[in-house]
Amino acid sequence: MYGILASVINGLLVGAIYGLAGVGLTLIFGVMKVINLAHGAMIALGMFGLYFLAAYLGLNPYAALPVVLAGGFVVGVVVYWIAVHRVIGRAELMSLLATFAVSMIVIGLGTAAWSTSPFNVHVSLPGVSFGGYTIPGHHILASVLAIVVAGALYAFLYYTRLGKGIRAVANNREAAELMGIPSSRLLAVAFGLGIAVAAASGALIATLFPFTILSGASYELKSFVVTVLGGLGNPAGALLGGLLLGFIEGSVTPFISGSWTPVVEFTLFVVILIFFPQGLFRVGRGR
Amino acid sequence: MVAIVAAFAVVPLLGGIGLRESLMLGAVYMILALNLNLMIGYTGYVNFGSIVFFGLGGMVGIYTITNWGWPLWAAMAGAAVVVAVLALLLGLGILRLRGAYFALATIGVVEATKAFVANFGLFGGSTGMYINFTAYQPLGGPRQALWVLYFVAVGLLAASLLASYLIKRSRFGLGLFAIREDEDAAMVLGVKAPLYKAIIYSASSILPAMAGVVYFFKNGVIQPDQAFDLTLSIEAIVMMMLGGQATVFGAALGGFAYEQFRGYLLTASAFSSFHLVIAGALLLAIVLFAPGGLVGWLHERWPATRRIFE
Repeated sequence: MYGILASVINGLLVGAIYGLAGVGLTLIFGVMKVINLAHGAMIALGMFGLYFLAAYLGLNPYAALPVVLAGGFVVGVVVYWIAVHRVIGRAELMSLLATFAVSMIVIGLGTAAWSTSPFNVHVSLPGVSFGGYTIPGHHILASVLAIVVAGALYAFLYYTRLGKGIRAVANNREAAELMGIPSSRLLAVAFGLGIAVAAASGALIATLFPFTILSGASYELKSFVVTVLGGLGNPAGALLGGLLLGFIEGSVTPFISGSWTPVVEFTLFVVILIFFPQGLFRVGRGR
Repeated sequence: MVAIVAAFAVVPLLGGIGLRESLMLGAVYMILALNLNLMIGYTGYVNFGSIVFFGLGGMVGIYTITNWGWPLWAAMAGAAVVVAVLALLLGLGILRLRGAYFALATIGVVEATKAFVANFGLFGGSTGMYINFTAYQPLGGPRQALWVLYFVAVGLLAASLLASYLIKRSRFGLGLFAIREDEDAAMVLGVKAPLYKAIIYSASSILPAMAGVVYFFKNGVIQPDQAFDLTLSIEAIVMMMLGGQATVFGAALGGFAYEQFRGYLLTASAFSSFHLVIAGALLLAIVLFAPGGLVGWLHERWPATRRIFE
């Protein structure tokens, strides 16, 4: 019984980080209707960013998190102006391919630079024990940080002038433009924020598990599942979707072999897309 | 069109085995790109998971060959039927989604199928299936079988070209174009959009499924990771874009050019570790500056070529 409980709790903790990755994806989709296929590559860059900050500059991994966020924002803005800006408002295929091209370039460069061998960031914190099971401290801290980052993003979108501007552009770009909002620049900011959050989730994952440059891909797929669970374009829903996905993973692991988990996840994903394309949750303001 | 097929049939006889291998892969890529073009180019539905037909066809076909001792043609027919029926049923479900939602669902389908097959004992689980050498005897032993398989692949390529051309010229094809331009308007005008979409989704699965059987039969082994490789699925989109979407000639040209280009990058020592980077940069350049691909660019430059390269 304790075993199942521990597995569920661990699932929820990791789920918060999936949620954060999903928040980045869903923010970009919600604001500019672009599904960012470079998301996994950006998550991987976040992992490596944290690794180099911790290993070479000797920063505490958690102190390096703001640096990763800032770096992710800069990379995101650059990627927006190079690859995304020109395809906004064109057929979906174009933005999907443009972001996929970015992903190929990043993964290609990453593979050339760091090969595909695994890296890891070593952190260890005292955990919480009960009934013979231990919840590691760094899992708890990572999921708390994921929720803090997601909360900060939410506060930014709802309580600052810039955040309100982004939401206005998401609602109706022409009208926002008529109100004097520089919509292209705000789209760049929104893209940068989405990437920053993705990089941060990658950095948090790096403190939990070993990773390679290719690891981003599986988290990208999980981000898709998470955003669809929460409703595409709905950041608060994505966080809940992440927790739900983590809960599902945690609660099925004790009963079926781990290799079946993706079958459950992706079948659920397709079924939910078909029957609940708006997501399972209706949360957040203005809904 | 006839010229392409004739070239594929004659050239390897002169050029030898190395060239035949390259052309074989080229033919398979062209089949994937041409059939994907039916969905994306004609109908405007971005299918990110076209590889699932190829992989599943291969799995079913190889299973019938290794376990039931079916001859190749029967395995291909069986795979085509199974995959087409599954695609039709699946299509009726996921084609209710439009735009980005459909694209995401197709990614989900690939991943779910891959994960399922990797756990499915009948198809050998995650290690896949190996083909016994004796399976090549009916085709005249392994050496001759490679030639037979090559010509079967060329035959499938010819069928893909013909199907693409006939569909484009038919009333059905016009219905698909109408759906691409504006689905709601098409339905008002009497195009049975849900049925048309499901049919084309299923039709675009048949030849790739058969190509999957041929390709994996030639390789002698099939594993879920290679059979359901999402990257190849997206590469098929790149091929189609490179040549020019919605044109038959463009999709074929793109498949062939991409194979040659990729082969060159992988073998040239200066580029081998950067082939992904260069392919990505090329894709980005096409998307940003020449969304019509090679054929689209030709058409714009010399409108008279519209008649020649459909």
